[in-house]
Amino acid sequence: MSIPLHYYLGLSAVLFAIGVAGVLTRRNAIVVFMCIELMLNSVNLTLIAFASFMGDISGHVLVFFVMAVAAAEATVGLAIVIALFRNRQTVNIDEINILKW
Amino acid sequence: MAEQILQDLQLFYPELALTATFLVAILADLIFRRTSVVVSGIVMIGFVVTAVLVLGQSDLHASIFSNMIAVDPFAHFFKLVIIISAILIVVFSLGSAELNSPNRKLGEYYALLAALTLGMMLMAGASNLLMMYLAIELSSISSYILSGYTKEAPDSSEASLKYVIYGALSSGLMLYGISIIYGLTGSLDIYTINQVLAEGDISGVALLIAGVLTLAGFGYKISAVPFHFWTPDVYEGAPITITAFLSVASKAGGFALMIRFFKVTFIDSSVVTLPEGAWATFEGFEWYHIIAAMSVLTMTLGNLVAIWQNNLKRLLAYSSIAHAGYMLMGVVVLNNQGLAAILIYFVVYLFMNLGAFYVVMLVANKTGSEDIEDYKGLGARAPFITVALAVFFISLTGLPPTAGFIGKLYLFAALLNSGWVWLAVVGALNSVISLYYYVRVFRNMYLRPADQPGPPLVFGKLQTAIVLVLLIPTILLGLYFTPLVQLAQASVKIFGTP
Repeated sequence: MSIPLHYYLGLSAVLFAIGVAGVLTRRNAIVVFMCIELMLNSVNLTLIAFASFMGDISGHVLVFFVMAVAAAEATVGLAIVIALFRNRQTVNIDEINILKW
Repeated sequence: MAEQILQDLQLFYPELALTATFLVAILADLIFRRTSVVVSGIVMIGFVVTAVLVLGQSDLHASIFSNMIAVDPFAHFFKLVIIISAILIVVFSLGSAELNSPNRKLGEYYALLAALTLGMMLMAGASNLLMMYLAIELSSISSYILSGYTKEAPDSSEASLKYVIYGALSSGLMLYGISIIYGLTGSLDIYTINQVLAEGDISGVALLIAGVLTLAGFGYKISAVPFHFWTPDVYEGAPITITAFLSVASKAGGFALMIRFFKVTFIDSSVVTLPEGAWATFEGFEWYHIIAAMSVLTMTLGNLVAIWQNNLKRLLAYSSIAHAGYMLMGVVVLNNQGLAAILIYFVVYLFMNLGAFYVVMLVANKTGSEDIEDYKGLGARAPFITVALAVFFISLTGLPPTAGFIGKLYLFAALLNSGWVWLAVVGALNSVISLYYYVRVFRNMYLRPADQPGPPLVFGKLQTAIVLVLLIPTILLGLYFTPLVQLAQASVKIFGTP
């Protein structure tokens, strides 16, 4: 007995919503990056679910690329957080506000 | 299969040349640590070679690497715009005081510039959702680093962080959209998706949600409202050469990607009753209404907020948001005339916008300020470049006899011909608003005396020559534009569409 497709889609939609909500509401830059990873992983879950239910390979391939790019993006993001921390001694997004309007 | 790939590689030479440039630049940076001039020379040569290779690709109409990338006149046109602006940006970077401060190693800067250009050129040709995602990410990640390159300046690293967060958020939204499209149609190849959609029986609501989510990724690249929040901060904080590059080339790549995606995927090519060059959308998925709303919001918000700006870089950021709104009008009309108008606009925009940024950079090199208040009395201190800046601004407003007028003329003509009168009126009203904030700069330059009179600003022959290189096309294309219009009209052919 296999788990139906819409269970996977429901789970990944919930994960994605949690990720987006986290990015929009959290104030710590590191936590924001974690929420972005959550979004990307929920996308991976959707892709894998569709790909394995359709028996199509391209979804699996896209997941590998998403994982690789997400790693690169997280690296650059954390490096930028460090560069900023050296200037300001903070990772709170509310205090990072020289530039506005 | 292997033979096919080898054949396809021959159509991929410009991108290969850029990849080689990137790799050689990294190696050269390791060997010549102290002298970044070597790396800048290598990147410059690489860009020129790429430009020559791109020029040799005109009139191709092919799809390579199992439909991953299209090599067609449309991609060719955008690649030209991107590579020309890349060459100009290398020249700008060599003369930028902000970048060339002592103790800063610039090798990586030039290497990343090559990677950024490669990403944008791939965006121009990508015809598979996987390839589109990779191209967007390649250009995004390079530009995150580049916009924070002057990392000891607090505003530069802040700009970089904001860029990375907004960028990652919108690429996440786009990926979710892509995954839904994949689930609905069972393919990542935009030509196959189009065929599946043509058969019908796909839920319109799900497709609409997926389309809007995907649009988030493209909208972020072209900085269209409501995905524009990063633009002013990044444009103000980043080194001005990168700001100029992002405002022209990144936008060109984003537009190429978006137009190709919407035109190939959501256009019903079985309808033949339409007039020449017009596109038919699928029943139940009228995405052009969304683009029309986005266009109005983008130009209105860009122009209204620009009025309040005191930093010239930030003002140009909002003006570039407004220009993205004008160019989106060309997508809304759903025909080749609108598409040609966008292409014309991009060439014009390349010269006038890079010109404006270059003059702002030259002034900032001497005075160390980008504040509009510090432009008081500048007309007397630096007559030539202030006149040049005035011409670029007149062109950005869209007044004759400059190139900007021709760009807007073709856009509005396309709108009026296909009955979008209200949108054309909104666009024209917006041009009037934009005149207001450009005139504020003129007033400061020519009519207000300086608070503390400074010495005249003297610029070298090379800098004057670069200003002229940008100034002459801005005026010339306003007077003699037939070749440009012909080139644009020949470049609207997208692979896989009628």
